[in-house]
Amino acid sequence: MHELSIAISIVEMAEEEAARRSAHVSAVHLKLGALAGVVQAALLSSYELACEGTDLEGSRLLIEEVPIVVYCPACLAQHTLGSPQRFVCPECNNPVSEVIHGRELEVFALEIQE
Amino acid sequence: MSSQAVTQTRLVEVRQNVLKQNDIVARELRQRFHHAGVYVVSLVSSPGSGKTAFLEKTLALLRPKFRVAALVGDLATENDAARLARSQVPVKQITTGTLCHLEAAMVRSALDGWELTDLDFLFIENVGNLVCPSSYDVGEDLRLVLLSVTEGEDKPLKYPTIFNTADMALLTKMDLAEAVEFDSAAANANIQRVRPGMPVLQVSSKTGAGMNEWLKFLASSRRGIL
Repeated sequence: MHELSIAISIVEMAEEEAARRSAHVSAVHLKLGALAGVVQAALLSSYELACEGTDLEGSRLLIEEVPIVVYCPACLAQHTLGSPQRFVCPECNNPVSEVIHGRELEVFALEIQE
Repeated sequence: MSSQAVTQTRLVEVRQNVLKQNDIVARELRQRFHHAGVYVVSLVSSPGSGKTAFLEKTLALLRPKFRVAALVGDLATENDAARLARSQVPVKQITTGTLCHLEAAMVRSALDGWELTDLDFLFIENVGNLVCPSSYDVGEDLRLVLLSVTEGEDKPLKYPTIFNTADMALLTKMDLAEAVEFDSAAANANIQRVRPGMPVLQVSSKTGAGMNEWLKFLASSRRGIL
């Protein structure tokens, strides 16, 4: 259960940004890859805990799930995988190991009130 | 300020990796390791898959030829460090408390007082956990994921993320394979499904089977970074 430490990092990051802009953060937009090793439900409840007593208390965490996108060297194209349990090209069935997307754990935007 | 004041909400782009701080420290560590000529291996697995036994054996076999050391992550006890210290190599315990994984900064502080140029190999045994350690780079050259034959062949499918982030897989406790009717081919196929092309070695820390191949791999990998 490392979601709490990740939630704390997210809150700290947002607080820093808010202080820099002298603004209040009302929502954090996060990109979460299917291969990031983070459980969404656990992160959401950890986020509430992490916000308690900070300027972000009451703010929302909005998670955008990022599917796994791989590059297939046989079709020379990128494909989205339906599951992390099968790294096989959905078009040509060749094994694929080059991950283009899916490892994201990124705060990509903040909703701020100035 | 008028009570009529309207607060404006707007969206600002930030684009910051949440684990940025860890990644920065891991990158610094990796540079220090390479500069000092140390090849660094981290071990991840579920609790009880044989990380400590395998490390004990590895340290004992490497010691006559190489300068080796180990860092051991554990939630609460120092039992593993005490076991590894029997191999008569420098060992340091990182007690993580309630934290379920090692972070790069913990590795950095544990290295305080060690001269990296005095080492050829450093092993980092992560906390026994197949979920949390996968997100944290600790500056290693090789991430080794261990799967013991008693755990079942489908472990890679249950925990695809950790297998996907590893560089090499090790099937451990092979001396028990027959007794538990372990299907190596099925285990290997599952590993390849979640991480195509991953090298897989079969070992037994008890009998020493497979250890020669592992040591050869280590020696040639270290030459590769120097």
